[in-house]
Amino acid sequence: MRERHASRATRRAREFEAFVAGAAGRLLHAATLLTAESPDDNPRARRLLTLALAHTYASWDRLRGEDPYDRARQHLATRFARGAWHQHGGLGRARPHPGSPLAPLTPQERLILVLRLCEGVGEEQTAALLGLSAERVRAICHRAATTLLHRSRNPATAVSATKATPS
Amino acid sequence: MRGNDREAAVRRLMEQAPPPVPPEIHSEAVRRGERMLRRRALARRVLWLLAFAAVVAFTVWALTARPWVEPPSDTTPPLTGW
Repeated sequence: MRERHASRATRRAREFEAFVAGAAGRLLHAATLLTAESPDDNPRARRLLTLALAHTYASWDRLRGEDPYDRARQHLATRFARGAWHQHGGLGRARPHPGSPLAPLTPQERLILVLRLCEGVGEEQTAALLGLSAERVRAICHRAATTLLHRSRNPATAVSATKATPS
Repeated sequence: MRGNDREAAVRRLMEQAPPPVPPEIHSEAVRRGERMLRRRALARRVLWLLAFAAVVAFTVWALTARPWVEPPSDTTPPLTGW
């Protein structure tokens, strides 16, 4: 019994290390986009990623053929959604870094845009994960894309426009 | 702009140099994950112990109180003097 337990632990450690080596880069990229931090200084994104990976590690033996990457991404998304809700309008805690490409968007727009376009999660799955309807996800994605493209084409007018619109 | 072009443009905007992954993320995740597993195991053990204690307590109570035995009637006064 003890021997089986130990062998399972070593196998889990080995598999998890390989998984982290393969997936951490992409997940950290997604997390940095979510938190809208600069790629060189991203403590919030690292913390999100560490917690998501820790949960994946803890549920490793019960995955039963489920994709661990999918599991980690779900954790990342739901944890970010919960955290963004708490920090909404906080005292400059979650102020986006101007160097981030998604800085002009709200946290929810960033989350949906990253899940849909960067990670390629389906519309229905995104909606189910976040507890929204698929139409709402499509609308938010569309709005976020419009904001981004409009801003990237003429940054000067976009800045004044985003400042003028009441949030 | 069509939908696919828009999506491609947004994807290009989001592509940036991937941030370097610090090596301590793996060790930290393993440490936290191990702690989570230990806590879960502990909680499971405590719950099993509680369930076992409840079963033992119930058995002892049932054997001493014998709730299935009809209690002796004490509303009718005993018949004496026949």
